[in-house]
Amino acid sequence: MTREEIKTTTKRFLSEEFEVDKDEITGNNNLQKTLDLDSLDHVDLVVVIEENLGFKPTSEDFKN
Amino acid sequence: MNRRVVITGIGLYSCIGNGKEEVLESLRTGKSGIVYDKSREEIGYRSCLTGMVEDPNLKPFLSRRQRLGMHQPAMFAYMSTMEAIEQAKLDIDFLEKNETGIIFGNDSTAGAVINTIDKLRERGDTTLIGSGDIFQNMNCTVNMSLSTIYKLKGINITLSAACASGSHSIGMGYLLIKQGLQERVVCGGTQEINVYAMASFDGLGAFSVGHDAPTKASRPFDKNRDGLIPSGGAATLIIESLESAEKRGAPILGEILGYGFSSNGDHISNPNFDGQYRSLKMSLEQAGVSANTIDYVNAHATSTPVGDSMEAQAIHSILGSDVPVSSTKSMTGHECWMAGASEVAYSLLMMQNDFVAPNINFENPDEDSQKINVVPEYTEKKIDTFLSNSFGFGGTNSSLIVKKFVK
Repeated sequence: MTREEIKTTTKRFLSEEFEVDKDEITGNNNLQKTLDLDSLDHVDLVVVIEENLGFKPTSEDFKN
Repeated sequence: MNRRVVITGIGLYSCIGNGKEEVLESLRTGKSGIVYDKSREEIGYRSCLTGMVEDPNLKPFLSRRQRLGMHQPAMFAYMSTMEAIEQAKLDIDFLEKNETGIIFGNDSTAGAVINTIDKLRERGDTTLIGSGDIFQNMNCTVNMSLSTIYKLKGINITLSAACASGSHSIGMGYLLIKQGLQERVVCGGTQEINVYAMASFDGLGAFSVGHDAPTKASRPFDKNRDGLIPSGGAATLIIESLESAEKRGAPILGEILGYGFSSNGDHISNPNFDGQYRSLKMSLEQAGVSANTIDYVNAHATSTPVGDSMEAQAIHSILGSDVPVSSTKSMTGHECWMAGASEVAYSLLMMQNDFVAPNINFENPDEDSQKINVVPEYTEKKIDTFLSNSFGFGGTNSSLIVKKFVK
């Protein structure tokens, strides 16, 4: 998967899971604000990343 | 304090209709909501009959977070509550500012729990289950969801009492308002419909196997009945103090006069004449009315030989032979945790429209049902006061008396 393909895939599943317009998800915006994530949503973020990209991110990954 | 308690809104998400209008038509025409469910055959049910409603699409109404924690009973309950809230002329803005409680009947969340465990077994990691399942796995997610959606600030509990859950929810709400502890309470009952919820119940052999004619299989009080048919959906009633209803200009659909309850203290599943008798008697005493005041009885009768016979004996002993009796379960099947609430709503529709809904499929009485007046066909009748019975596993009994409102 190329970097562009990863970006396109990520926008698609984040948009579907969190019901936000794909165009609002950009590398420049704060993801937490854009997706309106509360404390429970972080678990769902892990689930959709694992389902779509095949790895389970850690809390350290989110800090970075 | 002894305040008058009235009903100002009802909502129904039922196998005989989505909403009051459809349900009213079905009650008039004696339409059955029972179907043959192929998925029950595939998974190994003895009886493949059930009442059926669709899983509603709540995306147009609720946010992702609000939907995520809702199991099937909560989704059904949202549909019926939305309708009841609208009829009662309530909205979220009012509810947020004026203390309102919720006591909702529910006694299982089998489908949601099994889905969660399936995910865990497949993924082998609890983090990958997701955030909604913890709420979906809790029985009280019905009131958890509805109270957060509608910003309710009063009493907030789920009531679990088997097949009397919905009836007791109304009874308990009634007592709180009567005593002045609440102004209004959202009451109701909800029941999941999926292959997981009723599997073990099916295994007891208590369900009808009238597969050749599903709409003929639920036959309460009929001599040739062979068991009940599970069903589900949700029913909501908004109940409030008369003062509150009048102040708001809300429609008053009926007045709750009495609530009787009892426990058999006996066998876990077998019905018991004494327990039913005491529940009926207490409701009359609490309502302060005599037996001949009751114009209609909505029976609990589920279409099981022992249960129906016991109830026929109890009705005969307390109310005599003449009062019209029907079991709407002949059309709906047994709505279990929902039934006590839906059957009060069905009876209210009859009271408002001057008829008794038929006990369909009642063709031949047995020794006990011949002693009471089971109504097999649509019958025009002015109803001023009705009584609704609900009895559940564990010997929990509830009887409610509702009267047409007179100022």
